[in-house]
Amino acid sequence: MSNSAFITGTCIIREHQIILNEKQVFSGDGSELQDFLRAAYDHVSGQYPKFHKMDPLSKLGWLAAEVLLKNNPVLQLPAEAVGMVLANRSASLDTDLRYYATVKDIASPALFVYTLPNIVMGEICIRHGFKGENTFFVSEQFDPALLSVYPTQLLAETPLQACLVAWVEVMEQRYEVVMALVQRTGEQPLTKETLEALYLAR
Amino acid sequence: MEQLMADLKAQIIEQLNLQEVKPEDIGNDEPLFKTGLGLDSIDALELIVLLQQHYNIRIANPEQGPEIFHSIRTMAEFITAQQKQQA
Repeated sequence: MSNSAFITGTCIIREHQIILNEKQVFSGDGSELQDFLRAAYDHVSGQYPKFHKMDPLSKLGWLAAEVLLKNNPVLQLPAEAVGMVLANRSASLDTDLRYYATVKDIASPALFVYTLPNIVMGEICIRHGFKGENTFFVSEQFDPALLSVYPTQLLAETPLQACLVAWVEVMEQRYEVVMALVQRTGEQPLTKETLEALYLAR
Repeated sequence: MEQLMADLKAQIIEQLNLQEVKPEDIGNDEPLFKTGLGLDSIDALELIVLLQQHYNIRIANPEQGPEIFHSIRTMAEFITAQQKQQA
């Protein structure tokens, strides 16, 4: 398959830092994940109260997309032309366990609605109005082959013109987001190697 | 009634994670859904949970929901009426 997908932007969130296109745009202190997420939200947006109702997985994905897409021309594309391919290791287990804890008393509806990993994609779609194809994979480890081949195929064979490709993992205090904006034209090809290099970047 | 409405505002802010809303931002007669606070259907379920947890009140007839949860005042009136019945 000829290369028809290119990385045009990246956002990494790990170790209480947000890195946009290899430049640090926010750094939190050594506090808990929830404190970091709130501080990052205040820094990045502060204009989306629904953020506070999201679970940590959705907050992480939402934040990465927010940073990556700010003032990006991709936001002007038709809604059906922007899709998403996300993946992680723990699915929604972090929230599943907290929801399960509430079942012993009165089950929390607000937690229940986040007991699926693909809800993070819904939150990003609602925020930006995206209606393109989206898929969430669960795999033991970051899989650069899957996350490069499948989006490339989507851009080549479907109406998608842009695709958010990301590993969005969270389990208790351990978390990691590696997100790339992928489009049909650009300079850096989306390949297993370029994605792996992005994931390993520190 | 005034104290109950003040309590409800604080409880709603905590239960619904309305972290950017202060109690004084919520009017006693302001609609809780659509306009006003802009709550959604999941929030409605959380309000039902709130009544159970804080006031031991179960809503027997779901069709009463829109009337009970119209505003802080209608919630307070409903709670007061239920507590009188239980007394």
